[in-house]
Amino acid sequence: MAVYLFYFLIFPGLLFMAVAGALLSWYDRKITARVQFRKGPPLLQPFYDFFKLLLVKETILPKHGSRSVFLIAPLLGVFGAAMAGLFILLPLFDIETGFRGDIIVIFYLLTLPSFSYIIGSLASGNPLAAVGASREMKLIISYELTFLLVVAAVIMKSGQQFDMNSIIETQQTGRPFIGSISGVLLFVAGVFCIQAKLALVPFDMSEAETELASGIYIEYSGPPYAMIKLAKYIMFFILPAFLVAILMNGMNPGVNIIWFILKILGVVLLLTLIRNTNPRLKIKQASGFFLIWMNLLVVVAIVLIAFGL
Amino acid sequence: MGFKDYCFRKSLWVFHFGGASCNNCDIEILDCLTPRHDLERFGILLVGSIRHADVLLVNGSINRRDRDRLLELYRQAPKPILVVAIGACGCTGGIFAEGNTFAGPVDKIIPVDAYIPGCPPKPEAIISGIVKLAGKK
Ligand code: SF4
Repeated sequence: MAVYLFYFLIFPGLLFMAVAGALLSWYDRKITARVQFRKGPPLLQPFYDFFKLLLVKETILPKHGSRSVFLIAPLLGVFGAAMAGLFILLPLFDIETGFRGDIIVIFYLLTLPSFSYIIGSLASGNPLAAVGASREMKLIISYELTFLLVVAAVIMKSGQQFDMNSIIETQQTGRPFIGSISGVLLFVAGVFCIQAKLALVPFDMSEAETELASGIYIEYSGPPYAMIKLAKYIMFFILPAFLVAILMNGMNPGVNIIWFILKILGVVLLLTLIRNTNPRLKIKQASGFFLIWMNLLVVVAIVLIAFGL
Repeated sequence: MGFKDYCFRKSLWVFHFGGASCNNCDIEILDCLTPRHDLERFGILLVGSIRHADVLLVNGSINRRDRDRLLELYRQAPKPILVVAIGACGCTGGIFAEGNTFAGPVDKIIPVDAYIPGCPPKPEAIISGIVKLAGKK
């Protein structure tokens, strides 16, 4: 029992994921700054932000709307992200094997943070937050099918295996899935899904700094906003880790840990470059992009997998 | 300086309130965020919602209509919040001080932590003001 608590809270759970995610989010901001010929924030900036929100700032509750839901929603987000991360990282780091069908559980847990943001923002009673929440909902409907298809294609490619551990093992004994045409197509679709899940720029219409003044988070201040930041940091680490696990053969023990870190950094670099070179899409364009083009891409990949490519 | 205070001063998020300004100060404030001056290296970000703000930047002369809005913003902001008055207008009223609709410089309405004079102040002056504010105490 105690060992599971340790897994959940310290390693590879909450604490480890939060620190890794915070460093990755610094990396993202630094790359963004370098792309724009700026100097960028110092290394510990995400920690300053988090502790400032958690320890210094005051919480303001909305006058209209449901206060308890408003406060519980961010915790739900952190819980979902940490739980999903745990199921991803335990097989990935070869600590526990997980169970049959855990990839489906991971898929559902990964949607929990987005849902919690929607619940929290609708509970705040702010009209801009409501607009943001409705956009987020439409976005979820668009990308979730693609993401499910990617997961399904990976399951098919690994020979109908439903758990992370055997998917990773299949790749480590054979070759990584990304080394084939279908794997590359899946990787492209997966990267765009992650981009949308993290609400990075082409798909950030639910936050929309310029028009909605941070949309779904507009009413949050102080510790609840720190919790949202925490959930975002965790997601920033586990989503690339998930992609690396299901397509790029996860992590081998020993010095190969460096390879694993490089793979994660590479995926995040890709996300950051996409975010820095694209303008924000309209929600209609984003839906069309996922529902038509990305789904088509994954279906082509599935057909290729059926032919063994 | 305690740990809390240190974190606060390393991560100042700025909310910009433009009163009835002539718009030059607004442009100079935006200049601070451009690649050349890059305020993000001090951890300073421009935020869109007053709920996330740590610093309230006020520029321009405050007329009677602005006064209520400014007070409301100050009340809605999560404490602790620092207020910075920018430009001659923000500090004293500047060329609008004798105006009919003028409702007093910023510090007559809400407490001000730093004044950055100039008409408009250079981005360098704004940065120096904010850095001094961050290092205060
Ligand atoms: S201080 Fe000068 S530049 Fe700034 S708003 Fe007033 S008149 Fe314009």
